[in-house]
Amino acid sequence: MAVKVRIPTPLQRLTQGQEEVDGTPGTVIALINDLDKRFPGMGERISEAGKIRRFVNIYVNEEDIRFLNAEETVVKDGDEVSIVPAIAGGAKQ
Amino acid sequence: MEFTEDQLQRYSRHIILPEVGGKGQKKIAHAKVFIVGAGGLGCPVGYYLAAAGVGTIAMIDNDNVELSNLQRQIAHSMKTLGKPKVESAKNTFESLNPDVNVIALQQRISKDNILDLIKDYDVLVDGSDNFPTRYLVNDACVMLKKPLVSGAILRFEGQVTTVVPGEGHCYRCLFEEPPPPGLVPSCQEAGVLGAITGVVGALQATEVLKLILGKGDVLKGTLLIYDALKTTFRRVRVPRNPNCPVCSDNPTITELVDYDAEYCARQ
Repeated sequence: MAVKVRIPTPLQRLTQGQEEVDGTPGTVIALINDLDKRFPGMGERISEAGKIRRFVNIYVNEEDIRFLNAEETVVKDGDEVSIVPAIAGGAKQ
Repeated sequence: MEFTEDQLQRYSRHIILPEVGGKGQKKIAHAKVFIVGAGGLGCPVGYYLAAAGVGTIAMIDNDNVELSNLQRQIAHSMKTLGKPKVESAKNTFESLNPDVNVIALQQRISKDNILDLIKDYDVLVDGSDNFPTRYLVNDACVMLKKPLVSGAILRFEGQVTTVVPGEGHCYRCLFEEPPPPGLVPSCQEAGVLGAITGVVGALQATEVLKLILGKGDVLKGTLLIYDALKTTFRRVRVPRNPNCPVCSDNPTITELVDYDAEYCARQ
């Protein structure tokens, strides 16, 4: 049992359409670095210089990591990590 | 105000609900809702609010109806191709329900006009397709303490959240800053399954009616994420950010920001 990572719509291009991939237990930032190795380009979309970008949120089991231990939040087997970026579709204004 | 016989019939399925009743229906009739965007989300939101009998509905959008809109923007039709979207929507909503006064604003919303445009309204709805507008509407709502029901869609995904200034999070507590241009695709680039605009728009309309009625729990402090391919709704908690640049006790943004110029320059 690994960490379950939910990939948001705008990033599924990098995972060949997969909306859920396995992640490695450890800190969130290590998990993202590992995802970047397997899905090149993922890292820079989510983070910049080791920090999560400000229009992207990471949730561990529905809790926002900004209010846990931020990038150093530890995830373990069985946890569910959601990457949720801002989206803006609706009407052209 | 007293309801006419026709109105009692029209709203009978509302009035029979204990949570609405005649009193709630009158609240709906007196409510003033401002919808940003007359597109994928604005159409169903406006449609359901008009059907519900919301007394005044303002819609702002600068575009004309195009054929590629009709796959999802259900207030428009072949008859209104090429016409302003807000005029098209006004005709549709007022022919559905003559009780409703639709104010059609064919213009762009900007930091210079937004505060004046929205100041007399009770609830705001964001159905815009771009980040500059989304942050502008959020910031203006926080500054004027207006509740805001925000919805967004892309491909097969939808996001809905309700901002109640002073009580819960704001959009910047959720996402502090807009992404740089080009990093997040638009519907035009990435596509959208038309029917999901109906799902998200109906959720937004329901939130608006709950705010008007003061019933139930709105998506305050919560982001609802709809995945159409899996048919799942997920909720994540959105605490108020004590360091939020706009809604915290010591905000760093105290004037509206025009991200538009920056965006246009870089696109």
